[in-house]
Amino acid sequence: MLTWVALVVVVLMLVSAVAVLVLDNFVAAVAATSVVGLGLAVLYVMLQAPDVALTEAAVGAGLSGVILALALRRLGLWYLEEGDRGAAHPLVPSSHSDGRGGDHHA
Amino acid sequence: MRSIASLLFAGGLAFLLLALGAQLALGDPAMRVGAEYLRIAGPELGAANIVTAILAGYRGLDTLGELSILFAAATAAGLVLGRRRADAPRDPPGGLILRAGADLLFPLLVVVGIYIVAHGHLTPGGGFQGGVILAAAFFVAVLADPSRTLNHAAISWIEGLAGASFILIGIWALVEDGHFLAPLLGTGTMGQLLSAGTLPLLSVAIGLKVGSELAGLMADISDTEARDQ
Amino acid sequence: MIELDAVINLETLVYVGAIGLVAIGALGLALSNHLFRMLLALGIAESGANLLLILSGYRPDATAPIIGYGPVGASMVDPLPQVLVLTAIVIGVGVQAMAVAMLVRVFRVYGTLDVRELRKRMELEVSTAAGMPVPTSEQAPAGERPLPPVPAYRPSYGPIQPRES
Repeated sequence: MLTWVALVVVVLMLVSAVAVLVLDNFVAAVAATSVVGLGLAVLYVMLQAPDVALTEAAVGAGLSGVILALALRRLGLWYLEEGDRGAAHPLVPSSHSDGRGGDHHA
Repeated sequence: MRSIASLLFAGGLAFLLLALGAQLALGDPAMRVGAEYLRIAGPELGAANIVTAILAGYRGLDTLGELSILFAAATAAGLVLGRRRADAPRDPPGGLILRAGADLLFPLLVVVGIYIVAHGHLTPGGGFQGGVILAAAFFVAVLADPSRTLNHAAISWIEGLAGASFILIGIWALVEDGHFLAPLLGTGTMGQLLSAGTLPLLSVAIGLKVGSELAGLMADISDTEARDQ
Repeated sequence: MIELDAVINLETLVYVGAIGLVAIGALGLALSNHLFRMLLALGIAESGANLLLILSGYRPDATAPIIGYGPVGASMVDPLPQVLVLTAIVIGVGVQAMAVAMLVRVFRVYGTLDVRELRKRMELEVSTAAGMPVPTSEQAPAGERPLPPVPAYRPSYGPIQPRES
């Protein structure tokens, strides 16, 4: 029974890790990082390491997400809708980087 | 070209880790040092939480190194970010959910943080976990109302005093027992709050230092302006 | 319920997950074109490494290394990797905070976080400060081997002679 739970958690973690790299929206990427931290905390409990699980839940799913979200605001990357943010796809080295990768707007 | 090279690199890394891990005795580790610690940590230090006993007792010097790394990171981040101008605009205050939630959560988080720090040698917990929760408690209050800034001078004082007390306890152990950060003050009865010698004192010092450091770091990041004018 | 324990056990599952996280983190670090995404990928690779470390101390029938957690006299997992990973997690968040501070600084000075755009602006700044001309596309196309020198224009016929009628 426990192995089934572990399988679900590991699959969720790997899918979220891929989603961090693939999602265009940076707010969603930071949320996916927190999901990876949460999955890790559950796995640490299953591996009989409660101290580490507590630390990972507090730091990875809590503090790290807050620091990254604060960074997004300071870097001007905090946008929820697609709007006027036409950024190139992050994983494909695009050949047409005609300044649209620039990240500052008034 | 870069994609192919990156894929080869990641594939090679995965293969290397798989090959190394195939020789790892998964499920039956040869705990040569760990078994010894498990055997003697209870009787010798009187702490029920063996991980905290190793962290603050047997490997206290590593913990001191980690505190220095955190201090260096927080100081460097503060230096890189620089000061804010006094008249720069601040973030708008958070919405209703954030403000109401911060009012409810702040006392709960402070109590939970103090509990986890104080009971570090009995139940899962310790200085680091409690310190992170305390930092989060103070920072939630700042997030909800950014015009209420944290007092940087008070944070620096708490951080300095906590770090200094950690080192002073170690030096006191050096004077009394001949080894830096040796456990002192006897063991007491296992399971009581006041047991395990200097371990709770060290946990409190670690918790205060880590908490104030992380709170100051997040306040630094949130204090910077968005663009250089 | 299908008996999953006959096919795969917990250690192998977590092992695959840890190596998958490290590989995904390394891939993201190498392939991304945006500094912030590189930071996120680095955090994922660190998490994978920590998971692998904790897995190395796991024993299937043992309990957590806390006296009173499991029944009296039960064997315990290895506490040493847990201590080291505790340290590593907190150091990881310190490193992330420092990287965030540096990213904020870069963004303030250059105005962008895209790696290719950043390289162009840095080259522009360095060339301006050194007094060198900025390479234009006919003389030195960015990143590729330079074009062969363009020969001077030479018409195939001579200058036009006045007609002698």
